[in-house]
Amino acid sequence: MIDTPAGSAYTGLRSVCIRRFLTGERARMIPRTLAIIRKEFLHIIRDRNTLILIFLIPMIQMVLLGYAARTDIDNIAMAVLDGDHSAASRRLIQAFDATGYFDMQRYVSSEQAMTDALDRGLVRAALVIPVGYEAAVLSSTPVEVGLVVDGSDPTVANTVLAAGLQTGQAQSRAQVAATIRRGGIEVRPSIWYNPGLESVNYMIPALMGMVLQFLATLVTSLSIVRERELGTMEQIIVTPIRPIELVLGKTIPYILFSFIDLLEVLLIGTFWFGVPIKGSLLLLLGLSAMFLVGSLGIGIMISTAAHTQQEAMLLGMLTLVPSIFLSGFLFPLEAMPWLLRIISYVVPLRYMLVIVRGIVIKGVGLGPIALEVAILGVFCILILMVSALRFRKSLE
Amino acid sequence: MNSDTSTGGEAPVIDTHGLRRVFGKTVAVDGLDLTVKRGEVFGLVGPDGAGKTTVLRLLAAIMKPSAGSAIVAGHDTVQDAEAIKERIGYMAQIFSLYRDLSVQENINFFADVYGVTGEARQQRIERLLTFARLTGFRERRAGRLSGGMQKKLGLACTLIHEPDILYLDEPTTGVDPVSRREFWDILTSLHTQGVTIVVTTPYMDEAERCSRVGLMYRGRLIECDTPERIRGRIPGQVLEFLPGDRHRARTILHHVPGVSEVQSFGELLHVFVEDLASGEAAIYKALGEAGISISAMRPIEPRMEEAFISLIRRQEETGK
Repeated sequence: MIDTPAGSAYTGLRSVCIRRFLTGERARMIPRTLAIIRKEFLHIIRDRNTLILIFLIPMIQMVLLGYAARTDIDNIAMAVLDGDHSAASRRLIQAFDATGYFDMQRYVSSEQAMTDALDRGLVRAALVIPVGYEAAVLSSTPVEVGLVVDGSDPTVANTVLAAGLQTGQAQSRAQVAATIRRGGIEVRPSIWYNPGLESVNYMIPALMGMVLQFLATLVTSLSIVRERELGTMEQIIVTPIRPIELVLGKTIPYILFSFIDLLEVLLIGTFWFGVPIKGSLLLLLGLSAMFLVGSLGIGIMISTAAHTQQEAMLLGMLTLVPSIFLSGFLFPLEAMPWLLRIISYVVPLRYMLVIVRGIVIKGVGLGPIALEVAILGVFCILILMVSALRFRKSLE
Repeated sequence: MNSDTSTGGEAPVIDTHGLRRVFGKTVAVDGLDLTVKRGEVFGLVGPDGAGKTTVLRLLAAIMKPSAGSAIVAGHDTVQDAEAIKERIGYMAQIFSLYRDLSVQENINFFADVYGVTGEARQQRIERLLTFARLTGFRERRAGRLSGGMQKKLGLACTLIHEPDILYLDEPTTGVDPVSRREFWDILTSLHTQGVTIVVTTPYMDEAERCSRVGLMYRGRLIECDTPERIRGRIPGQVLEFLPGDRHRARTILHHVPGVSEVQSFGELLHVFVEDLASGEAAIYKALGEAGISISAMRPIEPRMEEAFISLIRRQEETGK
């Protein structure tokens, strides 16, 4: 409404407008929407399966994925082939042991025995100290120590390699420093945000996004399709309820329950896994709400395509798979071939993960994640619009 | 087809022109021209798959026609669907209330949805529950009600906004005879209150209780008149008897002069004859020669059932 200087005439007009807005059809929109919300709450609290889905699934997902999706590796079984049996070689072995990455549990006496241990998967790596190691160290002549790594699992192999090289270099530096002082280039790493490089810190925030999408999408689509399956939708369609009221009435209860889920996930993340939220909780909740609305929109879209609850469930899974693999949830986007990376741009969870990880791990404000927030916002509006258009209030 | 002479100049409550609905290759409703006047109880009968449910859905403005138009309560079902929905009550064939909600919760929900508020609300809910004899079951979950009670609850929820027009899709199918009678008593009292009712039914005794009946067959309305007049369409009179060999008797009787039609009713045969006396004699003669015994021969008053079977058979013959 345009502000006019017409004073009382304007306020008079405005009150007429408001009255007209609140009478007739629109005035009945609110009670009708509330009626659906009330009914939907009754369904939820009376259906044990829905309650389990809503409260138990996020907990199970969190605990399972929180532990299973860890990429931190320690206590890697390592064989030692010590050809020197000297004080110096024992010091080196101790240094490896002290890192915590390795478990120096198996001393072998021959290369044959070492190969055998690796073949049978008893150890993932082996440290080979040559004869004359101590003599070389004492006389400050270069000496080579072997580090054999089982490369079958690249994640484990990378950890072994990094930790092994680091330990060796540290030993070497100490050795050199003890004899001479001289210049040189040394890289001093300083790790920000997640100094312990703990994967749980990276996974838990992502789980928040994924759990939200999973539940919101599935539960909304199921609740709508169930009505169609049971024939109750026909009775709803024949009333003056409008599609928008039906969509709002159906989704608002699930928005509330999804928020309880969000809090559940946050609490488990903070207190069980000890992942602190560095940024603003309010910002996190606000942006999660936006993401939720988009996910509910996907749920509504699924409900317009699915005829049975099974179909809705399958379609829900179908949207979940790209979300898991193409969002950077498990695998870094940087490592993907260009085609997959392009597809990942239309996966809303991709942006949500940047946002959640940014707020939780880095503690950033709106500034650094503004682009992701904007894209996600556009996505949510588009999804809602398409779902509202597709949601027809008539039988096929 | 509308041979009524009682038209009082009032516009019909339901008026369709060439209404058609196609599902893929199946024509469910084919060029339906139907008028229903205010206060009528219009019965839509016909075999399964004749298109009765589709007609109700089209008239309830919850399904769009493929062609043609329907005006209900002065509104077009496509242009003004929502305006129609305020005025109608619709009860689907399958129970479509919330099974996990109690009787009271279901009726409250529909009161909310139709915006029934204030003093009228409580009064109306009480009246409807009494009407449907459900006052003692308020707290019971709808899913735990008997079939008859579910139908009555459905009707109560459908009536919460006091609709002018009521569509009932086989409201008494799967309901015990006592509840069936009760249900029709309720409909009769609604009828006296001036509600227009369109009801589909597979039961011919229920069709007799309608003020006008339309017979649907393969998507078409093949007959539409009062029950008396439809019964009057039967050519001649009907003899009922128990033959010794029903199948052979049927074949033989088809060729007996003076017999226009033969219908089976369980073990009995209903034979349509031009004249009772000569017809009976012809039957005894023909079956006697074939050595088929006859017992319990009696003339019967033709009912809707005979009339409909006869009409459908004629339709099938002309269809070929």
